[in-house]
This record gives sequence, C-alpha cells and structure tokens, in this order.
Amino acid sequence: MNEVLIVTLLAILMGLVVGAVVLVLAGYNPAEAYKTMFLGIVSRPKYIGWTLVRSTPLILTGLSVAFAFRTGLFNIGAEGQFMVGVLVAGVLGYVIELPAIIHLPLVIIGATVAAGLYGGLAGYFKAKYGVHEVISTIMLNWIALYFSNYMVYRPYLKNPQPEATYDIHETARTTIDWLQPLLGRSVKANWGLAISIIVVIWVSYYLFKTVQGYELRAVGYNKDAAEYAGINVNNCIVKSMFIAGALAGLAGALHVTGVSFHVSKLAVSEGYGFNGIAVALMGNNSPIGVLLCALLFGGLQYGGTKMGTLGVPSEVVSIVIGSIIFLIAISKVFKPILKYINKAKGEVVK
Amino acid sequence: MDYKTIDFNEKVVEMKQITKKFGDFVANDSIDLTVHKGEIHALLGENGAGKTTLMNILYGLYHQTEGDIFLHGKKVDIKNPNVAIEHGVGMVHQHFMLVPIFTVTENIILGSEPVKGAGRIDLAKARQDVVELSERYGLYVEPDKKIQDMSVGMQQRVEILKALYRGAEILILDEPTAVLTPQEIQELIEIMHNLTKEGKSIIIITHKLKEIKASADYCTIIRRGKKIDVVEVAECTEEDLASMMVGREVSFAVDKDEKTPGEIVLELKNLTVEDNRGIDVVQNLNLIVREGEILGLAGIDGNGQSELIEAITGLRPIKSGEVLIKGKNVANESVRDIFKSGISNIPEDRQKHGLILDFTIYENMVLENYQVEPFAKKGRLDFDKIKSFSHELVEKFDVRPTNIDLRAGALSGGNQQKVIIAREVTNDPDILIATQPTRGLDVGAIEFVHKSLVEQRDKGKAVLLVSYELDEVLSVSDYIAVIYEGEIVGHVNAKETNENALGLMMSGGGHGE
Amino acid sequence: MSDFVRAFAFILGTTLMYATPLIYTAIGGVYSENSGVINIGLEGMMYVGAFAGAAIAVVTGNSWIAFLGAGVVSGLFGLLHAVACIKFNANQTVSGIAINFLAPGIALFVSRRMFNGATMTPSVPLELKLPRPLNGMFNSLMETYPDNLLIESLSTIFNQYITVYIAFAVVFGTWYLLYKTRLGLRIRAVGEHPKAADTVGVNVYRIRYLCVSASGFLSGLGGAALSIAIVSNFRPGLISGQGYIALAAMIFGKWKPRTTMLACFLFGATKGLQFFLGGPMVGFEISADLLAMMPYMITIVVLLGFVGKAVAPAASGKPYEMDVR
Repeated sequence: MNEVLIVTLLAILMGLVVGAVVLVLAGYNPAEAYKTMFLGIVSRPKYIGWTLVRSTPLILTGLSVAFAFRTGLFNIGAEGQFMVGVLVAGVLGYVIELPAIIHLPLVIIGATVAAGLYGGLAGYFKAKYGVHEVISTIMLNWIALYFSNYMVYRPYLKNPQPEATYDIHETARTTIDWLQPLLGRSVKANWGLAISIIVVIWVSYYLFKTVQGYELRAVGYNKDAAEYAGINVNNCIVKSMFIAGALAGLAGALHVTGVSFHVSKLAVSEGYGFNGIAVALMGNNSPIGVLLCALLFGGLQYGGTKMGTLGVPSEVVSIVIGSIIFLIAISKVFKPILKYINKAKGEVVK
Repeated sequence: MDYKTIDFNEKVVEMKQITKKFGDFVANDSIDLTVHKGEIHALLGENGAGKTTLMNILYGLYHQTEGDIFLHGKKVDIKNPNVAIEHGVGMVHQHFMLVPIFTVTENIILGSEPVKGAGRIDLAKARQDVVELSERYGLYVEPDKKIQDMSVGMQQRVEILKALYRGAEILILDEPTAVLTPQEIQELIEIMHNLTKEGKSIIIITHKLKEIKASADYCTIIRRGKKIDVVEVAECTEEDLASMMVGREVSFAVDKDEKTPGEIVLELKNLTVEDNRGIDVVQNLNLIVREGEILGLAGIDGNGQSELIEAITGLRPIKSGEVLIKGKNVANESVRDIFKSGISNIPEDRQKHGLILDFTIYENMVLENYQVEPFAKKGRLDFDKIKSFSHELVEKFDVRPTNIDLRAGALSGGNQQKVIIAREVTNDPDILIATQPTRGLDVGAIEFVHKSLVEQRDKGKAVLLVSYELDEVLSVSDYIAVIYEGEIVGHVNAKETNENALGLMMSGGGHGE
Repeated sequence: MSDFVRAFAFILGTTLMYATPLIYTAIGGVYSENSGVINIGLEGMMYVGAFAGAAIAVVTGNSWIAFLGAGVVSGLFGLLHAVACIKFNANQTVSGIAINFLAPGIALFVSRRMFNGATMTPSVPLELKLPRPLNGMFNSLMETYPDNLLIESLSTIFNQYITVYIAFAVVFGTWYLLYKTRLGLRIRAVGEHPKAADTVGVNVYRIRYLCVSASGFLSGLGGAALSIAIVSNFRPGLISGQGYIALAAMIFGKWKPRTTMLACFLFGATKGLQFFLGGPMVGFEISADLLAMMPYMITIVVLLGFVGKAVAPAASGKPYEMDVR
C-alpha cells in the first residue's frame, strides 16, 4: 500500500513538472502560474469554499467508477447516470411541495434509485445478453443527455428565461445558511461534501467488510472461481452496476440540491462522469484515494481558471491531469526510485 | 534405442557451463549438455528443476547469463528463435504454441510464410507443403482444420510439423507425452525413431521414467538447476533414475490399507450432458462411488470428463438423468445447494477455478463458506474468525510461506494446491472430487496430495479421482472406471488391471467386467 | 414514390457522410486491438487530429498536407500510447484515458497560442477544403437533365467529399492486409497468442508499435475528415464522444474491418434517420431531442438482439513480456 502512495505522489509531482515544461515552452513563467493557481485555491475562505464545492461531485462520480472497477466493470456511464440523478432530483424538487424533512430525503433517494436503475440496466444487458458495458453505457450516456434536454423543454417544467427548468423549492435544498456570511454569497455552501464523505466511508465498509462486498470483489477479480464457489455472478454484475449508477446519481442529486437548483439544457454533457474516471484512476480505485484525488482534481480545475489572469490557457490543467494519469499508468518507470527509497529506509532502520 | 543411428563423431549440440539467473534466482547453474547426431537424449528432472529453462536458452527464448553454446561444432550466440531456427533447432513446447483460431496450415507457416508478390500469402503452396511434409514423416493432419477443433494428440503433430517445416535437424520435445494415451505414446516413440533414422537428433524433456526407458539413448539428470549426471539409459533402472532426480530413495507404492467400500454415496443415473456446441458429450452415463472408496476415472482428455464434473457440481446444465447424493437428487440445482448437499471439488484448473489469485490466502480459505457463521454474521465478515481458521489450516496442511496475508498468486503451484485441498477437505464432504490434482506439482507435493486423498477414504468418505495420468490412477484408486466418448466402458479393480488393459479401454477397444 | 426515393437517398447520403470519420477511427481501433493492445484513447487522438487538420489547413492553405499532417500528429499520440503499453507494460485502459485528457488539453492549448486565445480555428474557405471529386460531374449532369429524380438521388448519395471514398479504400485495404498478407497473419497471431508468435521469430513488440501508431494515425484522419471536410473548422465541441462511438462500433463489429464499417454505417444511418424525421420532408413534428436519442436506442436494441457475445482477440489487454518465467 505504501508503494502505491509513493507512486501516486511521484506521479502528481512529475505531472506538475510536465505542466511547467509546457508553460515554459509556451513562453510563460511556471512559478508565477503555479503560484497564482495555488493562491487562487487557498488564499481566501471564499476560494477554499469554491474548491470544495467544485470537488464534491467528483468524489461520488470517482467513487462510482472506482467501485465498478473493483468489481471488474468499466463504468463509462457515470456521465449519464449523473444526469439521470440531476434530472430526477430537479423534477422532484420542483413538481412536489412538502416539508423539508420529507422533501429533501425524497428527492435525494428518488434520484439515487433512478440512477441506480439506469446503471443496473447496463448490468442487466451484460449479464443476460453479454453486451459489453462499455458500449451500452456509452449509448446510455447520450440517451440520458437528450432525454434530459427533452424534459427541460416540457412546458410544465420550463423556466422561460434561462434554458432550464424552474428552480427547486427551498425545502429540497441542502444549502448551509450559517456558512454563507463566512464564505460570501457566491459560494454555494451545502451539505453535499459532508454527505459525500459519509458515503465514501460507507462504501469502504461495504466493499471490504461485508459478505456482499466480498462477493462483488471476487467476481471482479475472477469470475470463474467465483462461480465455482457458488457465487451468482450475474446477480453480482447487475448489483455492482446498480450501486455504481446510484453513486453517480447521488452526485448529480447533491449537485442540483446544493449548487445549481435546476436542470439546464446542455449541448454536450458537463463531464462530471468522465472526470470521475480520471479521479478513480488517480486514486487507485480506493475510496480514500478517490476522496483525496477528487479534491486535488477540483483544486487544479478551479485554480486553473485563475491562471487566466496571467493569460495562461486553463487547458494546461488538462495537460497536468493527463500527465499524472499517464505516469500512473506507466508506474513501472518509478521502480528505480522506489528501490532507492527502500534501500534508504532499510539503512535507517538498521 | 538404436545405437546404429548415432554418429558419435558428430556433436550436434554442446552446451557448456550454462548459467541462467532470473534476478537472484539461479535457474541453471553451470550445466553441461552434449548431444550427438542421431541420438535421442532425455533431460530428466522434477518440476522446476530447470530443464525447460535450459532448452528455452537453446531455442533462443531466453539468453544465458553465462556459458557457451556450440551447434555442429560452431560457437553460436542464439539471440532469438530466428537464430535457433536458422541453425536447425526446432522446439515442440509443453504448452502448445498454437493460435487456436488459426488453421493447421496458418499455424505451421506463421513466421515463414510463402508469399507471391507484395506480401500476399501463397495459401495454395502452403497447403501443398504441409501435406507433403505430413506424408513424408507420417504425421497426418487436416490442413484447413482450426486448432481449437482438434484433439490434443493431433495438435501435437502440428507442433512437430511446425519444427520440421523450418528444416529442424535438432528437435526439442518438452514433456511431449503429458497429454497422450499409451497407444499415442507408442506412436510418438516410433515417430522419434523414424526421425533419428533420417539423421535428426532429439532432446526430450520429461519426468516420465517409463518413457525414458522406452525411447532414450542417453539421459542427463538435472536437479535444482544443477547437472547431476549423464547416464546410458540401458544401464539404469527406473528406480536409479528416480533417486538421481529427487536426491533420495523413492518408493512408488502408495501406502494404503485394505478397505471395504460401504454404502453408496454418489450415484449417477443415465446422465446426459451437452457440451458448448450442443452435442451430447456425456451419454446415459451410470456410475457409483461408495463410502471408503477411491474411484479413479480414467480416460483421454476430451471424452466428457470435464463436462461430467461440471454437471455434477452444478456448473453445467444436465439434459437428463439423475445425480444422487446419499439418495437425494441434486441434478440442476445451484452450485451452492449442491455444495451444501455434501460435495467438495478440487478443480482441474486451480488458478482459474480454485483460487482467486488476487485475494489473500485467508480470503481464499473461506471462498465457499464466507457467508455462513462463524465467518459472517448479519452480512458482516468476522475477520478474526476467518484469520484464525486460516492459520489453523495453513499449519495443519503445511502451506508455505505461512503468512496468510499474502496474495494467493504469490504461492507456488504446490502450495496453492495445498490451500485448495485444505479448504475442500475441511468442508468434511461426503464425496470429494479431485480432477488432475497433481498436475504441475513436484514429487513432494504429489505425495502430499495422494496422502490426503487416502486419508479421506480412510475416514469413510467417498473419493472420485479424475486423472489423465494412468500411473496415478493405478496407484491411488481402489476401483477404476474408464470413460470413453461419454460412457463408462469398463469398471475394474485397480489391483487386477494394468496400463495396457486400461489404455485399450480408453481408446474404445476391449471391455472390462 | 418520388418522396420515398428522395427520403432513401437523403438517409443514405447522410449515412455515408457521418459514418466516414467514425470509420477511420474505428479501423484505427481494429489495428490496435487485433495486435492485442486496447486503445480507449481513440477519442483524444481523433480530437487532436481534428484540430491539427484545421490548423494546418489554415497555415499552409493545402488541405492534403493538412489531412496527412493530422494523421501524423495523432500518430505521435498513438506512439505515446504504444510506448506506455509496450515498453512500460502500462494498464492499457488507464493509458488510453490519460491520452483522452492529454490530447485535447494540448490541442486547445496550442490553439489558444496559435490563434490569439481562441479555441476555434478560423474557417477554411471552400476552395481550400478537401475536394468533392464527383461534384463537377454531378453539377453538369443536373444541368443537362433538370428534374431528373434518379440523377438527383444519385447526387445526394454519391456527391461526397473524397474522404468518404478514401475511407472505403482504407476498410478494404485493411481487410486485405489482415486476412491475405503475411503481415496480417502475424498481427493477428500477436493479438491472439503472442508467445506462439514469439517462438517462431515474429517480433511481437515491433508489430504492436506499428499497429498502435497506425491507430493514432487513422484516428487523426478521422478527426480531420470532420474538421476539413464535413465542416470547415475546428471547435471544442466538434468531436464530443465520437471517438467513443467509434470504439463502440469496433466492439459491435467484433474487431473485424468490414463488419466494423457496417457498424459505423448503422450509426450514420440512425443519424440520417434522425435528421430526416426532423426535417422538412416529414409531415409531423417530432421533438429534436427525442430524435437525437434514437440512434443510440436503436443501437442498443440491435446489440441485444443480434450481436451476441463479442469476443476480443485473446491477448487483448495483456502486456507481453519476454524473458519472464
């Protein structure tokens, strides 16, 4: 485990170096750019607030993808499942009016279950028909996008001014009012982060400490041996995709109830699901790794926009992130460094 | 053993002081090997002794860390298989190097394809060449048949043709008889002699003493990477060879008390099972296994054994018939329910079906029981109980290393098998099924497995042993049933039969009882 | 009747147009996967190719140099993936995803530098785009025989950019290469059973480098087929997932060139149907969004009914290491 951590840190470091090199080649000062980015994240409470808010959806979409990987499945569909969560939450939040103590849980659970079913559908296709989840979820992503757009334009939902639905009621929101004065009006402080962290802990427990988690991991590592041991492989595939879908959908629901408050018409999908894939891979598919990398990713993205004041294209963040993932992929390249560190550790122990 | 074919003046292969290291592990330690033209030279050693490594060096798949190789008296640096092939070395691998979805012809010509203009393969010429070659050496094959549709014996012929196609003068055969019937082994020995008559030289890697005695002229014995001795095969007994191979006295007999089989535990009635292509591969099969009995199921791979075991254990649907465990019919029930009815299974492919290599040893120990008490309560795993259970078993069954937190994939084949056996035996099943349980294991591990099976039988359990190794079947079983084309064609007392009789039944001839 | 013919021609023509970029990219995937290397990075490589094609066209004024240049640039990303997977035994999926972040990032970064902060390239004027070889012929035919339904329909279907015809050539060339030539036999052997190929002296590494780089090159051509043929510039939303669609087409087509092409046609046809149903030729109004969902729903239905279990080349995804016990 320790080795994995070192490799990830090295990859992050080297990724930043690659970004610096690109900046230099393009004629910018990397030290200035990185300083701006860093300060842009931590120098004011408002900035920290924004970073956390931006990172929150990635925690759960990353968790969704990581969970699926652990069970042997590639959930490219986190993108679509997120949108399903957003749509259902947005609709339930507006169309019904109930006291907050019922409304909010209803909205969130409804959205999560709907997205879970959406993911489970892909799992069913794989278990029953042998359709690879990569293709089916890619298709489902597009279907979710267009269906969401279709629903936004329904007359009973559509808000005339922006290209979106009416806002959801106060009773369905997760805003934290008492944090507002601390962080300023623009930061949409909400319970999403706290809920996400609790979910991370729960998933960790579920995956590694329970009977069901054992079964899902067994199927993920070796379907044949799992079947031989009496585990129902097909059920596990559907269950895994359901849970993965639910996690991504929850991310969407928390986003709507805490930040956007409505469903927008989109030309292309926003990328929370795809970025979740990056977060999962950076975090080595472990729940706590995902949590930390989501924060890192969100920080880099948000900080990246700040670099615009220096004229630095924010795309350099994509380059840094891409490099980090790439370096994690070729982690074998770090072997000599690891050997050196192990040797050094050995001598200290003596 | 026809010394007339050997030309003692011509040394076709000389390997001098060959050393090969993989990191810190020394696979070959200063080994010398000399082969003359027209000779059949056996390379004898236990699993993991280093024989295949040495030959992989000769064929250019590995490169030696130290030492020199001389072919036909000339020093050669064999950098890759192309160089070896250029110098007339050909290799027939233990695990066939054949592409399953390609045809016989495509596999034979791969890498040396005949072309007509701009890289286009001249398929007609290729087919013609293959047919000519197969007729010349008596190795008959169908040029357009896909490898995955062929029997193992036939696949081996393709492997040999591959080497001959490239003009091999020196043929290396790696464990060639592992998958053949006694009759096919005889045929192979004849083929080898024909080849030496044509001036070819053969190196055969094996741990089968009987075959060495039947075919080889000389034998080099390798133990733990070192050369022990070179002997003239005619001057040695099997026991001599065995003790040199293992380094101590070896007895071949399995220690077994007399036991009278009791009540019927497993009964298969008119069992019919289909294979993946919808063909009835098990047909109206009837079989009985009793308490206190080891029943060996002998047969050539591909006669329905795999499908039969899958059907009994619930992994494959049963078309018709009954599977009775102590009178209760479990046909077509779920894997888990059948397991609970008293069957435990040691699978043929331990890495595919028996273990999850990426799970720890303790996670694998409870692979079938993780969900019941005491290992789990209300859906939550109790790791203390799981780990103490695993510690117990690891000690009792001498699994090494003893660290239960290791990945199962880090264990050697023999120790992996010990984990599986520990788990299955501790289930205390009424009937224990073991399929090819000693495949790929060294002599010490084999002894352990056989001992475990006999222990089960002595406790009054029923044991069904499915094996392609006739020696094993004969020495371990009390009774032997022979399966041929999905039916039982013979049922004999192990003490009252021999290899030839069994071999005959296994190929469809003769009848027992 | 004439309406039916026009509808049919429209759909067919749209199919060819939309399928073409997918075909290049999907065939690229076919090369890589048949040699045993998974390439999820098709999206990123297509993206970079689209940008490179448009940018080079603007700078050099020559669309052919741009087309090939796009291939070369994407080929370099293919080479990067190859190095990661072959030399460093990377997890191939992870490397592909990394490229999907790296390539667009680099493309947009370069775009901003080259075009004063813009992420859209300037439009390429019509004369500088890739040619439509049959345009002249069809124009004169239509002048000579106005109101002729047959000629009008044939024009709708076949008056395409040259990239469409090159795509056909690529498909059949690939089929021939893989199934009739020596190199093709070796590529497939490497993808199914690399050790077997190695033991007869085939250079597994070299073949994989070749095929993975080729997948990058072809994906680049696919992207350029979009940016300098179908439209006339590059913008960030241009590719938006089509690389993934090409990936799906390849899996759908069971990793074989001709069936992959048919899968691309399926996607193109459903797009054509979508535009047709939303267009003037159809009497009733269907929501544009519902129509947009159609291609993907049809694909899933077809997958469920017809394709069955897709089996990848046996060694796909597993790094190959020589000299290992």
